[in-house]
Amino acid sequence: MDTKKTSLYQLHQDSKAKFVEFAGYQMPIQYSEGIVEEHKFTRNHSGIFDVSHMGQLFIYGQEDLVDDLERIFPLDLKNLKLNHSKYSFLMSDNAGIYDDLIITKIKDGFLIILNAACKESDYKILKRLLNDKYKMILDEERSLIAIQGPKSVEILKSVIQGVENLNFMSGNWFTLDDYNIYVTRSGYTGEDGFEVSLTNEFADKFTRRLIDKGAKLIGLGARDTLRLEAGLCLYGHELSKDKTPVEANLKWAISKERILKGNFIGSDIITKQLNNGVSKIRVGIKPEGRIIAREKTKIYNETDLEIGEITSGTFGPSVNGPVAMGYVENEFSKKNTKIFLEVRGKKHPATICGLPFYKKSYVKGVI
Amino acid sequence: MSEVKFSKEHEWIKLDGDIATIGITKHATEMLGDIVFAELPEKGSNVEKDGTAGVVESTKAASDVYTPVSGEVVDLNQSIVDDPSKINQDPESSAWFFKLKIKDKSEMDTLMNKAEYDKFAKESSA
Repeated sequence: MDTKKTSLYQLHQDSKAKFVEFAGYQMPIQYSEGIVEEHKFTRNHSGIFDVSHMGQLFIYGQEDLVDDLERIFPLDLKNLKLNHSKYSFLMSDNAGIYDDLIITKIKDGFLIILNAACKESDYKILKRLLNDKYKMILDEERSLIAIQGPKSVEILKSVIQGVENLNFMSGNWFTLDDYNIYVTRSGYTGEDGFEVSLTNEFADKFTRRLIDKGAKLIGLGARDTLRLEAGLCLYGHELSKDKTPVEANLKWAISKERILKGNFIGSDIITKQLNNGVSKIRVGIKPEGRIIAREKTKIYNETDLEIGEITSGTFGPSVNGPVAMGYVENEFSKKNTKIFLEVRGKKHPATICGLPFYKKSYVKGVI
Repeated sequence: MSEVKFSKEHEWIKLDGDIATIGITKHATEMLGDIVFAELPEKGSNVEKDGTAGVVESTKAASDVYTPVSGEVVDLNQSIVDDPSKINQDPESSAWFFKLKIKDKSEMDTLMNKAEYDKFAKESSA
């Protein structure tokens, strides 16, 4: 199968992107300045991310759609206000995670943002679970552009007036050059920012306007270091079909109201795990010194017993040191527990730590 | 002062008497991206031609550093361990990796000169 290109492909090329194939798309891994500079620019200024490879699934329906979706997602969708968003998961019967997603209540239905690698199968699963009752569009005609970092609100508001009034995890429709644009205040970098859904034919022109206002394109490489410093999970690494939301330490995303009532896919396992605990759990890990522990690095306790595995590890440019996440046996998951990471045959000391690694200070940065 | 030679693993080597200074090429740093970690061989250890003699890691991945000739490690550049970004800034000069007391100077003959390496690097990244 040929790899797909997003509507910003030409712009990426013009901006000297290095490309990588990701989930069937040609995506920019970095531009000429490199991952560290791109990362810091996002933290201090404003970075633009082409996330058009992600799925934008529109499902249209009324009250019965809300009921049906509540049987799928562990969310209190009845009380989700118009244009408000929630982070959630599509789960299997045994609460394994098929995908993590953002669901937003829109007029006449819901918009669900899905991971690129999962979107086609999510669509099929949801269509089956909803018995083909509702109009569902996995919209390939729309691009998704994220703008993240402390200067993003100023920059985006100079292009689309009114976005500054959006609260975190809420959105609205705006009109620009006669195009309908859906903007949410959200993102996946640990920074204030927005995600902008707009028609493909306007994506290039719109993004160039953000660049003219001082924002810069940022590749998937820095997106990964940013989300890891922010302690956020990446599907295929921290999250997979063999992990449940409780094991992934994401129980905050499960509605308490819904836990009491159950009756959603995977609720039996979720309830059991919330009551009895889990054997393995996701934690933050801070290696000592500069050693980088990549995915699949084995984790040992102080008596040399294997207790888990790293799921993501890199160098955090804002932390100025290595950072990692992984799963360890529950009894070793307490903060400040000393552990060892086996890198190139040698065991290196590290510590279990709280997440995120990087917390916004809200002090205006200067480049 | 002899000419600088290059290996297919993207190391450069400069010989001064029987002391060889070794580092990684600018081309290698461009392929790797931002280097955030460097590990060097032990001082006093003996390394064999084409054997591993260190590690560099970028934000993306880890790569072994090989030695293009055999010899005893006589000096290390600690400054690149303390600040690996120096490798991106000045790879072919101040950001050298280690110095060897070379065992067999004829090993230098198997390596490429600048023109040969530039052609090799261009072809291998195409």
